[in-house]
Formats: sequence, structure tokens, C-alpha cells
Amino acid sequence: MKRSQQCGHDTSSRAERTLATLAVVAAISRADVAHLASLARISMTDAELDVMAGQLDVILGAVGRVQEVAAADIPPTSHPLPLTNVFRDDVPAPSLAPDEALAAAPIAEGQRFRVPRILDEE
Amino acid sequence: MSYDDVLDRYEPVLGLETHVELGTATKLFCGCSTVFGGEPNSQVCPVCLGLPGSLPVTNRAAIEFTIKIGLALHCDIAEWCRFARKNYFYPDMPKDYQVSQYDEPLCTDGYLDVALDGRTYRVEIERVHLEEDTGKTLHVGGDTGRIHGANHSLVDYNRAGIPLVEIVTRPIRGTGKHAAAVAKAYVSELRDVLRDLGVSDVRMEQGSLRADVNVSLMPPDADQLGTRTETKNVNSLRSVERAVRHEVERQAGVLDAGGRVVQETRHFHEDSGTTSPGRSKEEAQDYRYFPEPDLVPLAPPRELVEELRASLPEPPSVRRARFAETHGYTAVDMDQMTNAGVVDLVEATIDAGAPAAKAKGWWLGYLVGRAGELGLEVAELAITPAGVARISALEDEGSLTNKLARQVADAVLAGEGDVDAVIDAHGWRVAGEDELVAAVDAAIADAPDIAAKIREGNQGAVGPLVGAIMKATGGSADAKRARELILERLS
Repeated sequence: MKRSQQCGHDTSSRAERTLATLAVVAAISRADVAHLASLARISMTDAELDVMAGQLDVILGAVGRVQEVAAADIPPTSHPLPLTNVFRDDVPAPSLAPDEALAAAPIAEGQRFRVPRILDEE
Repeated sequence: MSYDDVLDRYEPVLGLETHVELGTATKLFCGCSTVFGGEPNSQVCPVCLGLPGSLPVTNRAAIEFTIKIGLALHCDIAEWCRFARKNYFYPDMPKDYQVSQYDEPLCTDGYLDVALDGRTYRVEIERVHLEEDTGKTLHVGGDTGRIHGANHSLVDYNRAGIPLVEIVTRPIRGTGKHAAAVAKAYVSELRDVLRDLGVSDVRMEQGSLRADVNVSLMPPDADQLGTRTETKNVNSLRSVERAVRHEVERQAGVLDAGGRVVQETRHFHEDSGTTSPGRSKEEAQDYRYFPEPDLVPLAPPRELVEELRASLPEPPSVRRARFAETHGYTAVDMDQMTNAGVVDLVEATIDAGAPAAKAKGWWLGYLVGRAGELGLEVAELAITPAGVARISALEDEGSLTNKLARQVADAVLAGEGDVDAVIDAHGWRVAGEDELVAAVDAAIADAPDIAAKIREGNQGAVGPLVGAIMKATGGSADAKRARELILERLS
């Protein structure tokens, strides 16, 4: 499949954007880690942030080396297999029984998963 | 400050994001049933619970339904596109991400024409994409939480993974004072299109169709759009209109006082018709979208797209035009019926045997008003088109007076039963000739002075006598026949 046949409005800029994202991610800052931690509602101390930022930076730096071999004519890979259109028919299959579904829940209540309340409204 | 005053001074700009749950039998990526109202967590499996080792497989019907929606909205259908992971930390999805589409939607660049008061507004569609719906979260504690930290939420994942299509408009300009009505008419027209396609049951009260309403205001001399707010999950046509009106008035208040509108998500409150700030919207990059690695790309074959295009039903606007011609309705009649949301109801009433003029008269002239008084959508009224046709037939054959017919309708609306049951229970019928003659004679005897005036040729005096007869017969007298009898006796 040629890239020019792909969908979306601006296929050319998508590859550039993905590369740009990688470049940004490859140099992860302490502030980035703090922001991600707050999105994930994980509280981290300053010392933990320092350690984590350093470690993540090394990991992402290693992944970022992919860019060095990625030529402009190689689209970013999103799936290892050259397949499209893998579908199933719209036919119901059995679900889990509720007690099976809830078996791994840390706490269940009223046949529902009980979770800490995250947002104040709604 | 009223809505109309505001719109003398600002141009409203609308944007609508409509979510529709597809009517597939199974979820988007697994075989769990999508039936509404099941026991909590009875329609879940390892895939929609995001358990390790599970692998999603796309539902062919969901893709075809989405393409049909795109085609009905005159969109281009992508030749190749992918699902994306939208990462976020909120327990309404057990995976910590939602599978959605990001910069590669399945359908782009379409439009929907909306008719309102003799004018057509072309609403441009930016994109139609497919994603999975989220679970339902029930918050426990909250305002009454007495113990600190006792607040928690309970999650039911039956809805998680049901295919959900999002239809996003471009900014809608040039609607002026009709902004609120255009917003409502757009959602209504879209609902008709989706219903006719058979891709969803489009029940707003069950949440299978819900709208996010974006509103901003521009001063007349501005060259760029104002700051917008997004009011989430507006769940009825009436609420769409009310939400726009409220935001127009609220934002004008802020701007007039020299303030700035804050770009934010807001919640709509059905009871007061107002909006209030919701959680601050996470920036798009916070979702860290990336192509979903568990799913292969979609490449809808052109033959399939053309096959689906050929299968599209007649658009509602064309169907309405044909309906108008068959039944002799004028363009104004059709506009009124369309905007009141009663075209299908009128059609069903005609199909049940009522004459076209009567069917329109009952819905538009009476039942729409009653729905407004009851705070209901007209389609939610407890009277069926067949019931309306039955009342209309009884009226035509003289078994019910107009007044009695409305009483019967009201009783059916109040849930007392169907038309014939209500008539039997109340003993409502038109007074027989003997009963009527007796009532006429009694009324004349009770009002000799009025009778004298009528004898002298003063026909205007007949009215009070007819009124007395109606009262004496509990509204069951045929007023026209009563009048004839009075004049016979007093000529």
C-alpha cells in the first residue's frame, strides 16, 4: 500500500509527527515524568522523580536509536504483520459469568468493580 | 438579558459532536452481547475487561455500519486507516485506554442539510469515526459522605466496548437567532438519518444517541472565533436547544462584564436548564494516542463501499417530500411537522386509517402542546398513532364530540388505558337524541329571558344556552345538533 493512498487529510505530515513525537519522548524531562505521574494519579517524591526521569531517559534513548536507521521512505511500523481487514462476524459468543468477571477485582460491591473515586464531580 | 438581545450583538458559532451507539448484536472487538439493561458485569469477557493475553478482533458489521453513516452524510471513505489507543487514567475503561480513531478517521468531509422555517442550513461534517463506548460508573457517597475517604465508585463494564460512532461537525456559522433551533434540528435530522439506516435504535433517553454541544460567541467585527465551551452528554432534543440558549446567554453575560469565556467542559442540568463547569479537559497530547498494535489496519475495498452506497435507503428529506405529495401537505405543514418531530407519528396515524388533515391536526394542534406541558418528547407520549386514529374515527362518525375526543386523549396520556378502555371506563359517548332534546327543553325552561331574545331573532343569544346544555350533559352533547334543536324550538 502506497502511503499516498492512505486515509486522513495530511498523510505526509503524519510520519513527520510520529518522528517528532519520538524525538521529544527520547529526551524525557523530569517535568514530563511529573506530569505523567499526576495524570496517572501516582504520587512521587522529588527523589523518585529524579531517579525515574533518569531511568526513563536511558530506556527511551535506546528506543530512539531506531530513528538512526529509519530512512524517510520507511513508514513507521504499527503492526508487525502485513495484514488488513481481519474481521469477525457479528455473532454473540458467551460472556464470563459475573462472579468470574469479578474474581480478579480487588473489591467488588453490588456485582460491580469498586474503585476509588477519582474526580469530584459527575 | 434575553437570548434574542444577545444575538443582536454577537454571532453564535456552534459545533456538535454526536455519539451514537451502533445496533450491532455484539461489541466492537469481542462477542459479548450489547443488549441494554442486563445485570451488571454480565456482558463482559477477557477482551472487553482488558485481561492479559486477550486479543481484540474487529466486528465486521460495526465497520459496515460506520461506512453507511459516512456515505449517508456524503463523506469520503478512507482507503486505509487505523485504530488508535487513547490513553487515560479513569476507571470507566478497565484497560487504561480506549480504542478510538485519531488522525485517521474512517469517514471525512461530508455534510447534512437541515431545513428550518423555509431555509436550508448546510452543516458540514468534519469526520465520522468509530470507537468503543466506556463502562458505566456509579458514584457512591459524594455529597452525603460522612467519613472522609468513604467516597468510591462502582463500575459496570457491560457498556464498555459497544461500538460508538462519533460524528463531528465543522464550526456552524450564520445561524443567528436560529442557532438553538438549528442545533436541535441538526440532531433531529441526524437521528432520522441514523434510524432509517437501521444502524442504531437512536434512543436518546437510553443514551444510545447523545450530543456534546460546543458554543462560542463572536462580536460582529471580530475576525476570529471566540472561546468555546463544550457541554457534554446532552440527552434529548429539547435539551440540545436549551443548552445552546443557556450558553449563549451565560457567555454574553461574561463578555458584557468585560470577562473572558474559559475554554472548558460543562455539564447540562435537565431540571434547571443550566450548565456548570465540569472537569478540566486534558490536552489532546495528554492522551498519547498511538496506533493500536493489537489490531491490523482497515482498508475498506471500494467494491464494498459501492455496495453499501447502493444499499442506502432514501434520505429522510426525500422521503418527507414524497410523503408531502402523497398526502397533500404544504411545505409549511412539513416544516412544522418536521420541527415538531411528528412526521413519523403522523405517517403512522395515516397508516392506521386517519385522514391526512386529521392526523396532522391531532399531533400538531394538540398532542405536541400536551407533550410540552408534560415535559416529554412527543414520541414518548403514552398514546399510539393507532390510538389517535381510533379517536379520530370515533369523532368522524359522531360518537365523540371534539371536546370528548380531547378528554379521551388526555385520559390515555394519563396512562388510564387504551382509547376504548378509557371510553368504557368513563362512560364517555355523545348524548343520544332523546337525552339531548330533554337537555335543550330544560335549558330553555331555565332561561326564559334568553329564550325570548332568540325568539326575537337574536341568534347571538344561542351560545349561552348551548353552554348550559354542554354543562348539563357533561360535555357529551353534539353542540351543532343542540344549536339546531334550540333554533327549531324558538323560531
